[in-house]
Amino acid sequence: MSIFKYASPSTFYPLAGKIAPWFAVVAAMLGAVGLYLGLFRAPVDFQQGEVYRIIFIHVPAAWMAMLIYLVMAAYGVMALTFNTRLSSMMMEALAPTGAMFTVLALWTGALWGKPTWGTFWAWDARMTSTLILLFLYVGYLALINAIDDKKRADKAGALLVIVGSVNVPIIYFSVKWWNTLHQGYSVATSGSSMDPSMRMPMLVMTFACWAYAIAVALWRVRAIILEREKEAAWVANLYVASPPKTSGARA
Amino acid sequence: MNWNEFFSMGERAFYVWGSFGAFALLIIGEVVLLRTRQKKVRQKVNT
Repeated sequence: MSIFKYASPSTFYPLAGKIAPWFAVVAAMLGAVGLYLGLFRAPVDFQQGEVYRIIFIHVPAAWMAMLIYLVMAAYGVMALTFNTRLSSMMMEALAPTGAMFTVLALWTGALWGKPTWGTFWAWDARMTSTLILLFLYVGYLALINAIDDKKRADKAGALLVIVGSVNVPIIYFSVKWWNTLHQGYSVATSGSSMDPSMRMPMLVMTFACWAYAIAVALWRVRAIILEREKEAAWVANLYVASPPKTSGARA
Repeated sequence: MNWNEFFSMGERAFYVWGSFGAFALLIIGEVVLLRTRQKKVRQKVNT
């Protein structure tokens, strides 16, 4: 067995179907715990009051927006160097979820900004670079859907995502490099100002989002695999081989 | 704990629930869209 065994869509398809539900269960459980801790257990912030609770979804969403993009870029490098079809499919499967988290980061940021800074939006370095991240996600999806030849579409998409990944460190370090309206790091290796009772729900929610993104990406890549390989023999076998299991009750 | 107090979020209900609501809405929306996509492709492959 080679390490590339699961790099083939036909072997990855059943594997993805097996592990996705587990990530969904983990996401639901962590999400419930995170929301409970964040909405009921975490104390009120002495400066901001209750509104600070937006942090429990804002920061995880913003982290996911950046992380998913980096994972896509890594798949893009694999797609271009090893020419693996599955890498491109994974990019396509991750992009909508990444875009969704970017929208959420911007939306919750605006709703948090209004009561705390007095404005929904400012052209500040972090917000502007996050908006550019959203355009990169949308641009990637538009690009791969605009090119009919799938191979060319995948290559162009991978290239766009890889080049665009310079934007991620810009988002992350923007609060340090420029004088932004946005506050600094939420979690730092030293001198983090956040109380553990507030940091904990944020981290739990982050792991929930993580598990959610994996589950959704695995489910979406299964749909993409079928869409793209519907002519392949193994897809036909998939449905020839499975009926005996289900038809027993009906027959 | 008082539920009215909880839902009012210290007079910031619009911002807090606007955020959490959008979060829930987008996740439910994504899962629903994904289900339809799966169903569609399965039907196509099955026939």
